[in-house]
Amino acid sequence: MRVAALGSPVRRTVAPSYSSRTTGPLRRRIVVGLLVLLSLALITGYFRESSNGGLHGFQSAGASAMRPFEVGASRVARPFRDAYGWASSLFHAKAENGRLRKEVDRYRQEAIRNSTAATENIKLARLLKYRRGLTYPVDFSKNSVAATVLQDPANDFEQAIVISAGSSKGIRVHDAVVTNRGLVGEVTKVTHDEAQVTLLTDKESAVTARDHQTNAIGIVRHSQGAEDLLFLDRVFKNKVVNKNDLVVTAGRQQGQLSPLYPRDIPIGRVTKVGQTDIDPFQDVQVQPLVDFTSLDVVLVLVPTSRAVP
Amino acid sequence: MILPAAKAAGLFFFAVVVQVTIVESIGILGGSPDLVLVAIVAVALAQGSIFGAFAGFWAGLLLDVARLGTLGFTSLLLTLAGFWIGRYGETTGRDRAHAPLLSVAVVTVLYAVGSVVMHFLLGEPSSARVALVHSLPATVALNLLLAFPVFALVRRLFSPPAPHAEVEFVG
Repeated sequence: MRVAALGSPVRRTVAPSYSSRTTGPLRRRIVVGLLVLLSLALITGYFRESSNGGLHGFQSAGASAMRPFEVGASRVARPFRDAYGWASSLFHAKAENGRLRKEVDRYRQEAIRNSTAATENIKLARLLKYRRGLTYPVDFSKNSVAATVLQDPANDFEQAIVISAGSSKGIRVHDAVVTNRGLVGEVTKVTHDEAQVTLLTDKESAVTARDHQTNAIGIVRHSQGAEDLLFLDRVFKNKVVNKNDLVVTAGRQQGQLSPLYPRDIPIGRVTKVGQTDIDPFQDVQVQPLVDFTSLDVVLVLVPTSRAVP
Repeated sequence: MILPAAKAAGLFFFAVVVQVTIVESIGILGGSPDLVLVAIVAVALAQGSIFGAFAGFWAGLLLDVARLGTLGFTSLLLTLAGFWIGRYGETTGRDRAHAPLLSVAVVTVLYAVGSVVMHFLLGEPSSARVALVHSLPATVALNLLLAFPVFALVRRLFSPPAPHAEVEFVG
């Protein structure tokens, strides 16, 4: 600390001698101006001359003169640079590893999505083929709604699924639901964007059906067992039903059952026919054509009068 | 005057060799330190504007020669950098503790901007985004780190002569 006071025994020291501090501003400006001009002249000359010019020659000679020093410095630094390079590579490798792992995860998810989409596409194509086919109900030819299955049956007692289409697509309660294989069930609840479909395998389900080959009429119900077996009830003994006959929807009222379903939608094949003396009806067992355990995409048949444009 | 000039010439020759062979290959977070620039700031702060300008010109010339770049390109930028930092040291920056780090940070930014402008004026391809956005923050940080050893070395090389009594007050 410098104290300027009389009577104080403090020694004053001079500031470090800066050569240019003592020079005048004019000289300073001249020197800097000259250096800047020299730089600009070098740039201009370097640009204007050919590669054999004097400045290029000077640069080449200078670079050659510096080369041994650069080589020496490079050799001295090589172990350190290698160590740095190794550490840097390790760091980058770790970072890259993390990035690649994330990428692999992303691609894996994408592959799963693509695979799911491909499977769904195949199923939708089958539905489309069915819709364009001869067996598709005539009254519904332009008004079916394809929907994916959002929820599978919760348990054996409640055989219902939830699909991804609702009243916004024109779906109402009691609409028939099918796949390209055959009848699935009917819509029993509808919200704006979803609907509940009660399957044929539900114990409350029933549909008037007929033997496609013999025209024997009956009611298809669930067999009440653990398996997805149906039976054709109320077929009189005088009617003929054979094993392997195709059972389809009758499309007409029988008893208290209203004709919910269009005519001729396949339901299943007869697997067993029997009768007893005490029962006035035949005992006809039907194996459904639809696999109710793996429903992914279904088609809801919306009557023409209710079609949403 | 001759001795400091010789010291500076040797220092910058060494700095340029180290810069082009070692330091430029160090890339951290997109930037790399600039040993020569930091050394010029240190010398200019210690020796003043004219010395800084000469040092900048010499170091720039060496860098242009070693890199086989356009002669005068780096000289121009470093001459101005050395001069301005020298003037700062002679005037407002004198005796301020933060002057070295502030000078390094400001000069690094200005040097990057000047480089981009010069490349643009000369019609040479240069990405302002890379130079000013991606690499500049890391370069500033690395130069600030480099400033500590470089300033210590320069202070040792260009240490002012031992203080002597100018006036003695006697009671």
